[in-house]
Amino acid sequence: MSDTNLTGVEKVYVYEAPVRLWHWINMLAIIVLGVTGYFIGNPLPTMSGEASDHYLMGTIRFLHFSAAYIFAIGFAGRIYWAFFGNHHARELFYVPIWRASWWQGFIDELKWYLFLKSEPAKHEGHNPMAQLAMFFMFVLGSILMIFTGFALYGEGTGPGSWANSLFGWVIPVFGQSQDVHSWHRLGLWIITVFVIAHVYVAIREDIMSRQSMVSTMISGWRYFKDKR
Amino acid sequence: MSSQVETFYEVMRRQGITRRSFLKYCSLTAAALGFGPAYANKIAHAMETKPRTPVIWLHGLECTCCSESFIRSAHPLAKDVVLSMISLDYDDTIMASAGHQAEAILEEIKEKYKGNYILAVEGNPPLNQDGMSCIIGGRPFSEQLKWMAEDAKAIISWGSCASWGCVQAAKPNPTQATPVHKFLGGGYDKPIIKVPGCPPIAEVMTGVITYMLTFDRIPELDRQGRPKMFYSQRIHDKCYRRPHFDAGQFVEEWDDEGARKGYCLYKVGCKGPTTYNACSTVRWNEGTSFPIQAGHGCIGCSEDGFWDKGSFYSRDTDMNAFGIEATADDIGKTAVGIVGAAAVAHAAMSAVKAAQKKGDK
Repeated sequence: MSDTNLTGVEKVYVYEAPVRLWHWINMLAIIVLGVTGYFIGNPLPTMSGEASDHYLMGTIRFLHFSAAYIFAIGFAGRIYWAFFGNHHARELFYVPIWRASWWQGFIDELKWYLFLKSEPAKHEGHNPMAQLAMFFMFVLGSILMIFTGFALYGEGTGPGSWANSLFGWVIPVFGQSQDVHSWHRLGLWIITVFVIAHVYVAIREDIMSRQSMVSTMISGWRYFKDKR
Repeated sequence: MSSQVETFYEVMRRQGITRRSFLKYCSLTAAALGFGPAYANKIAHAMETKPRTPVIWLHGLECTCCSESFIRSAHPLAKDVVLSMISLDYDDTIMASAGHQAEAILEEIKEKYKGNYILAVEGNPPLNQDGMSCIIGGRPFSEQLKWMAEDAKAIISWGSCASWGCVQAAKPNPTQATPVHKFLGGGYDKPIIKVPGCPPIAEVMTGVITYMLTFDRIPELDRQGRPKMFYSQRIHDKCYRRPHFDAGQFVEEWDDEGARKGYCLYKVGCKGPTTYNACSTVRWNEGTSFPIQAGHGCIGCSEDGFWDKGSFYSRDTDMNAFGIEATADDIGKTAVGIVGAAAVAHAAMSAVKAAQKKGDK
């Protein structure tokens, strides 16, 4: 869908409603998961008084598990939408390294970020560098977190529970329970690094690139700032 | 050894155990294995009618802590009975015979009970230097183990050494100590039951062996080959300090108020949440205590490679990444620091470039 309105600004409909909705729900889930997850591994200062007066770790863990269900179901829904949405909905899940044009675009974008080019190329969807980061850090990172996360969750729910039956095999793959905990902790940092880069780059692109960025994830439309 | 095969009951009576004691033992065993009272009769019946299954207890590279634990089983009756079932055959630590006489027993059992004896292994075979780091009766333990494993009905891997490798297999593992299942390899077709722990709990050991001898089948095992009845839950799941964990009440330092009040030891590195064992339910020394009850965190001794998953005093343990000692938090915080600083620097550079561009126009 390409369109030119009365002001002559070019725009393309990129992110359909389910993708936008998922993006913001996912953002909230990641914030809750990251903060609660940090405090599960490294708990807050000790509470005083009777144990029966408090349920702090219990509440933190409950929030973590609830947000994890939202995150995982959202991720599954996002994969579903990759099949049934528009072609931009698929960009997250693969990196077309077999295409010369992709490499050309990647080198172009790299030069733009190293200040070797004065003007970036225009992109309807993700630029090649963004696609690379999305796939290796966010998509693979999320899969790591979902698999290790439900494996750890299954340790608590015990043998016979759905989490233990479906994901219990993950634990011996990593070695033992403590290894899975360490990798899950590392996953927290992988996602955190991704979030820092993602937010910085999205805002920078919104200001300095030739197309809209932040508002596109709200309205779904990508506006181009020039007609070259 | 007489040519006629005795039943368990006959062996016990020969050991001077009264019928009354025998029946008590059956009730205790039924309770210990989690069965109803009706099973006591079944156990008694099985022991009276079934021919005794010999148990051979081999010792490889180990510290004998498994044997030490085993002979301290909380129910002395159970201990006596189980010992009378197994010690007569072969256990080089506690048997009376020695030298060639002792080694001859192995040969006899292997022949007479072909495919019908249980091979209990304490410790593991070291493979470097052609196995010379552990010699039993003049030949490498690895040879003895392979030889006896050929005709066994099942193997019990006693303790973390036989199950995972334990301290002698910790990095850099100079003797190449190898756990039993890895040594025998995927081609070995008999069941291998892992009973990890350094050492395993006495009642767990006698429970596993009694179950196998009584019911003539191996207990149900989990994904990693451990009996589900003792290893399906973590220390944390049944820890009496768990309410303090849920409340967020932790020991922060070893001599603080929380330590005196018996708060959760999670923040001082307790491995209870990642350790599958029965310590928090069965406990040790006739149910007297277990490490957490004594005020020290669990060190995870029944888990694979626990010596290399340090520190014992932090939940955030060494990942052995990039050839240096670093935990997930070390790696992650460094990465976040670098990326954060890079983003700030890049933003500043972008602003300068944008200003220059504006100036040029």
